[in-house]
Amino acid sequence: MIRFEDVSVTYDGAASPTIGGVDLTVPEGELVLLVGPSGVGKSTLLGTVSGLVPHFTGGTLRGRVTVAGRDTRTHKPRELADVVGTVGQDPLSHFVTDTVEDELAYGMESLGIAPDVMRRRVEETLDLLGLAELRDRPIATLSGGQQQRVAIGSVLTPHPKVLVLDEPTSALDPAAAEEVLAVLQRLVHDLGTTVLMAEHRLERVVQYADQVVLLPGSGEAPVVGTPAEIMAVSPVFPPVVGLGRLTGWSPLPLTVRDARRRAASLRERLAGVTPPSPGGVTPPMSGGVRPPLPGGVTPPSADGVTPPLPGGVTRRAAGTELSTGTELSTGGGELSVGGGSFEGARPPGGRGLSRLLGRAKPAPTPPTDSTPASHPTAKAASLAVHRGRIEALRRVDLTVSPGETIALMGRNGAGKSTLLSAFVGLLQPSSGSVQVAGAVPHRTAPRDLIRRVGLVPQEPRDLLYADTVSGECTAADADAGAAAGTCRALVEELLPGIQDDTHPRDLSEGQRLALALAVVLTARPPLLLLDEPTRGLDYAAKARLVTVLRGLAADGHAIVLATHDVELAAELAHRVVILAEGEVVADGPTEEVVVSSPAFAPQVGKILAPLPWLTVGQVRTALRELGEIG
Amino acid sequence: MSSNGAAARSGASPARTRSRVRGRLAAPVATRANALHPGAWWLWALGLGTAASRTTNPLLLGLLVAVAGYVVAARRTDAPWARSYGAFIKLGLLVLAIRLVFAVVLGSPIPGSTVLFRLPEVPLPDWAQGIRLGGKVTAEGLLFALYDGLKLATLLICIGAANALANPARLLKSLPGALYEAGVAVVVAMTFAPQFLVDLQRLRRARRLRGRPDKGIRGLAQVGLPVLEGALERSVALAAAMDARGYGRSADVPAPVRRLTAVCTLGGLAGVCAGTYGLLAAQGAGFGLPVLLGGLALALVGLWLGGKRSLRTRYRPDRWDLRAWLVSASGVAVAALMIAAASADPAALHPGVVPPTAPELPLWPAASVLIGLLPAFVAPAPPRASAPAPAEARATGPVQGPRRKEAS
Repeated sequence: MIRFEDVSVTYDGAASPTIGGVDLTVPEGELVLLVGPSGVGKSTLLGTVSGLVPHFTGGTLRGRVTVAGRDTRTHKPRELADVVGTVGQDPLSHFVTDTVEDELAYGMESLGIAPDVMRRRVEETLDLLGLAELRDRPIATLSGGQQQRVAIGSVLTPHPKVLVLDEPTSALDPAAAEEVLAVLQRLVHDLGTTVLMAEHRLERVVQYADQVVLLPGSGEAPVVGTPAEIMAVSPVFPPVVGLGRLTGWSPLPLTVRDARRRAASLRERLAGVTPPSPGGVTPPMSGGVRPPLPGGVTPPSADGVTPPLPGGVTRRAAGTELSTGTELSTGGGELSVGGGSFEGARPPGGRGLSRLLGRAKPAPTPPTDSTPASHPTAKAASLAVHRGRIEALRRVDLTVSPGETIALMGRNGAGKSTLLSAFVGLLQPSSGSVQVAGAVPHRTAPRDLIRRVGLVPQEPRDLLYADTVSGECTAADADAGAAAGTCRALVEELLPGIQDDTHPRDLSEGQRLALALAVVLTARPPLLLLDEPTRGLDYAAKARLVTVLRGLAADGHAIVLATHDVELAAELAHRVVILAEGEVVADGPTEEVVVSSPAFAPQVGKILAPLPWLTVGQVRTALRELGEIG
Repeated sequence: MSSNGAAARSGASPARTRSRVRGRLAAPVATRANALHPGAWWLWALGLGTAASRTTNPLLLGLLVAVAGYVVAARRTDAPWARSYGAFIKLGLLVLAIRLVFAVVLGSPIPGSTVLFRLPEVPLPDWAQGIRLGGKVTAEGLLFALYDGLKLATLLICIGAANALANPARLLKSLPGALYEAGVAVVVAMTFAPQFLVDLQRLRRARRLRGRPDKGIRGLAQVGLPVLEGALERSVALAAAMDARGYGRSADVPAPVRRLTAVCTLGGLAGVCAGTYGLLAAQGAGFGLPVLLGGLALALVGLWLGGKRSLRTRYRPDRWDLRAWLVSASGVAVAALMIAAASADPAALHPGVVPPTAPELPLWPAASVLIGLLPAFVAPAPPRASAPAPAEARATGPVQGPRRKEAS
């Protein structure tokens, strides 16, 4: 269906080709996944299929791309419109009309399809994508998942043979992503559409792919193979593959289901081991946290030393004063161990101690009653925020303690960004109160406020005005009243080796995020807020971000991140707060909230459930402790 | 009744078959299938506007405003463009106020003897002869300004009514094929404007995050560039998406036809210009009209031929059905009757200013204005939670009700 014959693309002014030596065939009716780190030319490769590269973007294309027998060198994108449907990264910039039904018809109108055929296909597509309820709605009022489905529907109505998608799920919450992927699955299976798609969030898509094309580096020839083959060698891989590689499972499992089948022995081995704190570092103190859910997450004790108790799982995040000490908690009569003195992600107590203690495990958050609550960094009390006539938040109580990392999760539009905005004073509470570091945010002058709280918005570029990195840093120092060079030093730490005269626009997504983070940190706010930090980041950039944020938390920064990325939350957060329709519906330690939730559980959590293991890193550390891997 | 409207009604509510006679008379609930052609709304509104331009009688003008307002209240949807009506009313009041202020400050050419008060007069140099600043303010002058301003305000409110009732995007969709691309440009601009405002807001908020004041002119100026940059990027992305979706595909048209198109369009436009000049100039009245009509016909042929280049088809175009005829005819009737009344009895439509007399409501012109209420009864009614006609609401409830609930 799509043939690449020794294709290379060089953009004007670039020294080396962005993609090179691409020589592959995508057969009809297959779902082919394009993977690779950021900046290796995935979008460029997708663009060559629709003809936008080079007709629209400029640059030089060598070799030949044919789609359904049409050569893209001689056919402009508009002349390929009836065989290729393209959906870019941002569905909003894809829409030409204002209502769903018109949008679905737009492409067919351009192609001159007969009115009765158009009418029939619009009705069919509305049903196929589950959009019938939304047909008269203005597109601007739809949620992200709905918009993405409309965008896919709008290119589907001309019945293209090939569908090209650039990161169709990266901006979506887990449920909306499932929605979109189910649609794609249906297209491939029922209609025989060929789908070529690039995606960073492999944990969501890799199991649907028939073939995977790996672009290992910029300008390097792609590697093609079945998902299992490619995942065994790929530099980017989802946690399920990470776990499979770690334990040497062969063939490599790609789905949670496959992995669960093989994981029986692993679950047994890990049953007695206490998972290290998912956040890696336990917060020094915490207060105002709801008591842990009773019994819910108690791992069954494999060795039977300690019988499971009905009482609340008592945990002690214990600062250094408790270090390795054990204590008999009053509530459940259960032994717990402090984890504060262990560096990094080492499991507390080591092998022997944890075996002895059975279920004892350190937790990031102590019970409310036993530790005197320190002064919280930020506090929202029965907070309500109205946006127009919509109650975006209702009766939200949230306390953020120093050194604590909280993940805010929930659907698109659940109120995550609104809550962050309330913490930085961009929105005024309609009732209730917000306090950040002793100040009321919306009544504090911006200059003063940035020393108390910093927000990295969804689009980090919004924070950057200057045209060089050094200019940005100078401005940030001036804004924050910090000593000259403070921001530059932070940039050097977060983003080593960046040139002073680089334009922020030329940075990759991850680099831009790091720069914005440095700008925000220049004022040394005790509370750091991040809105969707991993949108568009590859695994490597994400791992760097995790390291940076863990370091900040260890320094005593309180961090709140609004995210759809369950893997990120599992890696980083001590506590997860789930919002729905503006209300807090769950608030508790990560492993408690996340393991029991089908939507928000990370892959490792699903594989090892009901054990509270969340990340590959935890398992690796534990296996190392057990001496099973090197 | 066109087949289109009938099909939609029977499809929308089986309950309607029970009271067929009543159903035939009552306006159906508006759906996409029976939507009134936006052109009909514009004709109706322009008819009212024309009527307003023929009179200065404040009672008639008030009646026109009331008629337009009633129809808007009865038939507008809750779409964004429908909210513009309030803005047009404010604009009309502003125009009225400005007209009065000018009459007070600059005086009025109307000779009047009833002096209300005197403003201090500013002496102006010789070269500004004929212009007066301040001085006496007469009741006659103010009254004249009031009538005049009221006329303008009524015109604006009529335009506002059309704006609120007709979907602008759908109106542009009814343009002839050759003008389609210009229409798309307008639609895209209309969807970009709100996005632009959202960007502006977002970036001003981001300034606050950098610890800079988010208010004031300087704040606005500094986010200007990033906002423009963002808009530009989005336009480029949209252009790419449109290109990939087949925008601008054109059919092969033989060269003679293309040349003929150009000749017709240019010739037609020239004819329109010459004809208009003939009509306006004193000595060309004889040839003016025929040349204008000929030019128009030629231009229309040009547009039609130009449309041949475009491959486009239209998805569910709005049809000009019986209801559209009735709505537009009611507007045209108001205009025609008012024009007739103006020539029959000019005094009733222009109440005396010098000396000031109390305006009277002339019966026949007032009755003819009321014809403009027709759309409030024949145009399809927008679905509403609290529909005025309960039978209507019940009949369509199962079909429309849940859908709207989920939609909101």
